[in-house]
Amino acid sequence: MDFQLTEEHDMIRDTVRDFAENRCGPGAEERDENEEFPVDLWHEAAELGLSGITFPEDFGGAGMDYISYAICVEELSRVDPSMGVTISAHSSLGSNPINLFGTDEQKEKYLTPLATGEKLGAFGLTESMAGTDASGTRTTAVLDGDEYVINGSKLFITNGYYADTYVITAQMDKEKGNKGISMFIIEKDTPGFTFGKKEKKMGIRSSATYELIFENCRIPKENMLGEQGKGFKQALTTLDYGRIGIASQALGIAQGSYELALKYSKERTQFGKTLSEFQITQFKLADMEIKIDAARLLVYKAAWIADAHHTEGSGVTAADVSKSAAIAKTFASETANEVARQGVQILGGYGYTRDYAAERFMRDAKITEIYEGTSEAQRMVIASHILRD
Amino acid sequence: MNIVVTLKQTFDTEAKIALKDGKIDDAGVKQIINPYDEFAIEEALKITEADGGEVILVSVGGSETVIRTGLAMGADRAVIVSDPELADVDEWAGAEALAKAIGTLEYDFIIGGRIAVDDGSAQVGIRLAEALGIPSVSSILKLEIADGKATAVREIDGGTETIEVPLPSVLTAQKGLNEPRLPSMKGIMAAKRKEIKTLTLADLGTSAAELAAKAKITDYSLPTPRTAGKVIPGEPAEAAAELARLLREEAKVI
Amino acid sequence: MSQGIWIFIEHAKGDIRKVSLELLSQGRILADEKGEELVAVILGKDAAALADTVGAYGADKAVVVEDEKLAGYTTGAYTSALNTVIRKLEPSALLLGNTAIGKDLAPRLAQRLGVGMASDVTGIVSDADHVLSFKRPVYAGKAFADLVLTETPVIATVRPNTFPVAGADASKKAEVITENVEIGAEDLRAIVKEIALAASERPELIEADIIVSGGRGMKGPENYVILEELADVIGAAVGASRAAVDAGWIDQKFQVGQTGKTVSPTLYIAAGISGAIQHLAGMGSSKVIVAINKDPEANIFTLADYGIVGDLFEIVPLLTEEFKKLNA
Repeated sequence: MDFQLTEEHDMIRDTVRDFAENRCGPGAEERDENEEFPVDLWHEAAELGLSGITFPEDFGGAGMDYISYAICVEELSRVDPSMGVTISAHSSLGSNPINLFGTDEQKEKYLTPLATGEKLGAFGLTESMAGTDASGTRTTAVLDGDEYVINGSKLFITNGYYADTYVITAQMDKEKGNKGISMFIIEKDTPGFTFGKKEKKMGIRSSATYELIFENCRIPKENMLGEQGKGFKQALTTLDYGRIGIASQALGIAQGSYELALKYSKERTQFGKTLSEFQITQFKLADMEIKIDAARLLVYKAAWIADAHHTEGSGVTAADVSKSAAIAKTFASETANEVARQGVQILGGYGYTRDYAAERFMRDAKITEIYEGTSEAQRMVIASHILRD
Repeated sequence: MNIVVTLKQTFDTEAKIALKDGKIDDAGVKQIINPYDEFAIEEALKITEADGGEVILVSVGGSETVIRTGLAMGADRAVIVSDPELADVDEWAGAEALAKAIGTLEYDFIIGGRIAVDDGSAQVGIRLAEALGIPSVSSILKLEIADGKATAVREIDGGTETIEVPLPSVLTAQKGLNEPRLPSMKGIMAAKRKEIKTLTLADLGTSAAELAAKAKITDYSLPTPRTAGKVIPGEPAEAAAELARLLREEAKVI
Repeated sequence: MSQGIWIFIEHAKGDIRKVSLELLSQGRILADEKGEELVAVILGKDAAALADTVGAYGADKAVVVEDEKLAGYTTGAYTSALNTVIRKLEPSALLLGNTAIGKDLAPRLAQRLGVGMASDVTGIVSDADHVLSFKRPVYAGKAFADLVLTETPVIATVRPNTFPVAGADASKKAEVITENVEIGAEDLRAIVKEIALAASERPELIEADIIVSGGRGMKGPENYVILEELADVIGAAVGASRAAVDAGWIDQKFQVGQTGKTVSPTLYIAAGISGAIQHLAGMGSSKVIVAINKDPEANIFTLADYGIVGDLFEIVPLLTEEFKKLNA
């Protein structure tokens, strides 16, 4: 048992922290206010290699482990949670299915530009009638000659509109239910593929969230990703890894909220003492630290398990990845909400204003309990693993 | 073009300074590359990226972990002078040791930070040039290398001056020279595979006795913290008038 | 036995820089304590003309080296000339200002002489055995080190505004010692191609008695004019925090702080500066600090001698008007 991060992990944290504080931080408030997706910052992040951390070097990635990825999303989210989810959705959802299920040709053509950050990725699973229950998928794919014809729409798609490459699920055989669902790669600007409304959100307002609309959208046959009829299962596996990203985002939000509250409590005086000299504040800070520390251990453990699963002879199964990621996401997202809420409380009236990031962290925290599986869905996943044995 | 970059490991600039047993306490302090040396690395990388060649980092003391950050930025290899006998290195000894280590390398010029943020001496780069018997230009804001010459704009009081020196020379980097890059993910991975050579004093043909410091620190102290003075109340016009009066009559500084 | 405290005299256009006068004044005190003579060393084309001035400020002797090749400062020629006269006359100490020239010259000279050196000194004491001990800031002013130098001459560069200038006494004369030196091709490898001095009537930042400095609260480059107006009324230099420099509002040469200039004025007026530790590193030794900031929680108020919580765009012009009235 070793809790020591490697030299590389420390270096990654330094790099991403520097980028987050000096590049993402200064405009974060304004972008939140204007609901503006930072195209330039995405390119800068890609230049640093944040677009392809876990992907193989052969396909443009850095070939790093999931702990590196977790640290990256955590550090971005500590300053700018919208940037955190942009990278997380691009990597875990838009690119990773191609890495996990793609052929070498598909990886060469689609994963490489995603990993190098030349292109931005997104993932389309959710529909108006298919949320936690993905079996409600109504988007269809029909083979017509050498092409699939896609019809339907996808909702709440992170990085939508700005992304170049989309991985989506579509129903091919309704009779078969979930086993009729397959996965496809669709490029932006394919005729018949358009965008619906941009969502106006409570938080992560500088992350883009759009509806995808497919109207007789024809894509080449070779753009089916993975096996026919395995799309649903592949989507669940994709989400297992994706949850490590969201758990890391939640961890970063908690850390950012806590640090702000800590700093403020040492500066703000009331009744002739700093807030930090009051025991009530001290206990709040201690509780925050306890939860964040626990969340970090769970998130890094989930990342470690994801790495171990890919290591020959580790004995770590896909089920272990699924369960530990669900546990990490549930705990970290609930921690983020609790800590961000207490953070606002410590800042008092100032915390409620937009002069401080506390309220932004609180708004941003909420989504981590919802997307890539609600906390309720996570508990279903965890319970299914417990009860299966 | 092969470029030697001298660098030094220093405390993180955010670090709190405390004393322990009469010395600066380094327990739990994050160590980084001296920020001014990062300007030097960046400049060297920009030149070799354009014209080819190697960037070699040379440090007296410092851990592999910190030096590797420089390799992650893109430098090709590193040499560290490390010896348990080497304690209390002053600027003279630092320059002598660097000169001996650099003497074993082939290079076109040397660049380092103009100052280290720990001791704040701003001596070593210039001393190194003297130890090697080559010219130096300190505190540079702009650099062009062409035809075996360096043309550098350096900061002087109240302005700048442009100086031309033949190579090899030592240049010391001032803030403003460039914006240092962050190590990229690929750079961090590549740094693992790059060579860091460690040289002892014996390897350099010298000894701790020969490099005994000529500047000896006898004591460290912490500054007396300033305390908050008067906040002048009232409407802006009243407060401004009162401040002017206090500066003239009480503080007597105007 | 080496003898004599030497002060390196910086001069331009026939005027001696203030920091050199500060060093002559403090050097006089140290020389008297040690029972040594105070010597001004003047290099340049028309160096002898300054001998009367250094005498008036307390120098017993003036070592004068006149040479065309010393007309303007170059590292090589100045190091060579000083090295020659120091080896011949063997002073016990050489003090220079911690100026652009001092910072460039002193380390090179110290290495050539094989001696230690103290940079950016903010205090000098002569102990019971007449050994000079130098106090200097380390870790960007977050601590101070006292150091002694084991070999002579001891060399130090002293931060401007550290010591007061004593009054001049025109009746005192310095004995002039003229030295000739050989400056060879080896000393002239660096060629000064161009000198670009900013056309400013305001005092040099590091030597200014008063500095008016603006930070993030300035909101934009166009607003510096209100600081300049105040500066011109009270004879101040204009400075800036890193936030303002990084925002591109003002040139980096005006930056005060850890990665900028270190200043020690009598009065430092910080307008719209929050007081980050990196900024304090550059101005914490100012004698009087004034803070003007709209945020009552700003860190700068914890160390300012006088503070006004308010809008700098209102306060600063009002302050300018007040000083105009007082000056009238």
